[in-house]
Amino acid sequence: MMNLATITSPMDHPYTTTTVSDRAADALCGNLLLSVLYMVIGLVAVAGLVAGLGVVLIYVERKVAGHMQARLGPMRVGPHGIFQTVADTLKLMLKEDIIPAKADKPMHLVAPMLAMAATILMLAVIPYSNNLQIVDLNIGVLYVTAVSGLGVMGILLGGWSSYNKWSLIGAMRAAAQIISYEVSATLALLAVVLFAGTLSLAGIVESQAAGWWIWRAPVVGVVAFLIYITASTAEINRTPFDIPEGESELTAGFHTEYSGLRFSFFFLAEFINMFVVSALAATLFLGGWMPLRIGQFEPFNSIMGLVPPSIWFLAKASLVTFAIMWFRWTFPRLRVDQLMRLEWKILLPIGFVNLALAAVAALFGLYFFSGP
Amino acid sequence: MSVSLRTLNDVVRPPTTAASALATQEYFVNMGPQHPIAHGSLRLVLRLDGETVKEVIPVPGFVHRGIEKMCEHLGPRQIVHLTDRMDYLSALMNNWALAMTVERAAGIAVNERIETIRTLMAELQRLQSHVLWWGVLGMDLGAFTPFLYGFREREVIGEIFEETIGARLTMNYIQPGGLMYDIHPGFARKVKDVARYIRPIIDEYDTLLSGNVILQERLRNIGILSPEKAVALGCTGPVVRASGVPYDLRKVEPYGVYGKAEFDVVVGTVGDCWDRYCVRMEEMRQSLRIIEQLIDNIPEGPHMVVKYGARIRIPEGIHYGQVETARGVFGVTIVSDGKGEAPYRMHFRSPSFNNLWAVTALAPGWRIADLIAIQSSLDLVIPDIDR
Repeated sequence: MMNLATITSPMDHPYTTTTVSDRAADALCGNLLLSVLYMVIGLVAVAGLVAGLGVVLIYVERKVAGHMQARLGPMRVGPHGIFQTVADTLKLMLKEDIIPAKADKPMHLVAPMLAMAATILMLAVIPYSNNLQIVDLNIGVLYVTAVSGLGVMGILLGGWSSYNKWSLIGAMRAAAQIISYEVSATLALLAVVLFAGTLSLAGIVESQAAGWWIWRAPVVGVVAFLIYITASTAEINRTPFDIPEGESELTAGFHTEYSGLRFSFFFLAEFINMFVVSALAATLFLGGWMPLRIGQFEPFNSIMGLVPPSIWFLAKASLVTFAIMWFRWTFPRLRVDQLMRLEWKILLPIGFVNLALAAVAALFGLYFFSGP
Repeated sequence: MSVSLRTLNDVVRPPTTAASALATQEYFVNMGPQHPIAHGSLRLVLRLDGETVKEVIPVPGFVHRGIEKMCEHLGPRQIVHLTDRMDYLSALMNNWALAMTVERAAGIAVNERIETIRTLMAELQRLQSHVLWWGVLGMDLGAFTPFLYGFREREVIGEIFEETIGARLTMNYIQPGGLMYDIHPGFARKVKDVARYIRPIIDEYDTLLSGNVILQERLRNIGILSPEKAVALGCTGPVVRASGVPYDLRKVEPYGVYGKAEFDVVVGTVGDCWDRYCVRMEEMRQSLRIIEQLIDNIPEGPHMVVKYGARIRIPEGIHYGQVETARGVFGVTIVSDGKGEAPYRMHFRSPSFNNLWAVTALAPGWRIADLIAIQSSLDLVIPDIDR
């Protein structure tokens, strides 16, 4: 029987982590209404996060694209086009929702919800700050890999039920691609889990108080980070791995037959997935909400400590998000078989070797600040 | 003599069982008429085995406007306006083909100034067309950014046309007997500015896209067109040159002032998509070379040698003329009965039409994504196919 106190020991480190679900559970002991309030807060927070992230990310993507393409991006709706996404969202909501006559109607309706649900479920476990996390699961990393696989169901169903050959090709491509790249992404995550010794995302962040895993684990950290970014970019169907919706090949791939709000669900899911991937990369490799610290260089560390943890998290996640956007606006698209070759013949072997090396390094404590 | 026609119904048989251990079927899918790769309205019927293309059946005709028939009721000056609307990216070169044929038939001798300006304009437009092709190829292969870079430079050249001609796309500038307008005094300076601006830009294109490993993976050794096959299919322009056939009308039978300019005919060695890419990239530099040689030596003289509104009579007989457009050989056949201005029959040999059929020879056996690369490397303009 494991002693619970050794697993959750918030007093051992300077930051205390109390998730919304913890508070709800605490409140449940005394006041039922208070616990309901916490649950509502959690739900509203996720809904707000989804809406807010969607609006901001789409705007940022268009601006990034604009400036990379020697143009300005949206400029008309509001100052510097900041309301452009709002206008587009309104337009999408008002559009006619077309369901093809021969489509499998129930599946066609469920597919976008599934894609969206998988994304929202992932948002719940990310530690946004030392005191802002909706649920801290002790199997966080496992949960994330499991739930992210759910999104492919939405894509597969959407393509399958549309009664369109292009959609079907797109869906099949997506299924093959996402399932393949999940392997590499998981292997990369496992390398960090080995070092941190915990599957809880909050726990992994706390294990990086002395230094981020990307550089604290010599070489293997960087390799795992690069594998994770590559594999995740493929998992969320972003260029150069956007073959499931490669517009010049498959018109729009699995969402060819979707319109209006249902299309926007797929669209939004893609953008929020991008944020989730960046947030996970930040959490596992870049120290999550931990400030940047340089060994014993205390004046620097104390200045860095002044920046609130949530800002640190946001900055790191934004950096990775920007990199993923950067990929999209500079790279051409890979071909299907090249994509598979990259995964099974290049990324996967490297991932396995890296994991083995990480295991050795973790076992013998061959990493910086390995502690007493 | 009997002619057997193969209709689409004969070709689109019931799907056969594909070569696979699983119980799979080949299937047909329509690529187009509305499809991002069509760049217009082109329908390709694909027979697919999973992702592998088994057969491509082009079904052109969605932009057919009956231009050849319309020409039978129009005089040479009016036909110029229709030539613009075939290959709109080589509008001036198409104008030139018609003007040249009419001039030869009617025995009109144009002066050196006209020929030099025509050559300059044609090269500017070749450059503009290739710049746009480069951007579109990037977009077809999934990199959206080159598209806008291509448009940025297209705009710069477009401004020269706009300033000189007053139009940007369908310019009908080169008329039988000369040019619609004379060039403006600042023309030479402007063109030189543009040439100086674009030269480093082409190098920038190379750094942006040519060196990209994904692009090379997508183009190298994909869709290899042998020289024999290219000639047999009637491919011309960069497509046939990429297969290693040094056939460029500007060198083979020089027209305009190409005989005076120094430039190289760019040929490929393999005949794959990558060669077609490289040939066009190098042709841009060669076009710049021609422009830079000619721009300082525009002779003096009138810009029109026939009177405006004078009837141009084409003597009875069959007259043919051809130019090298950005896409290949554009030929004009005029069958004249010697009565009135309008030809008895008019036929255009458009490069895109012949180049289109290369896709039927190249695509089978490759993936859908390769078909996109192949089609993009052929640089088709759909209104040019359908006329």
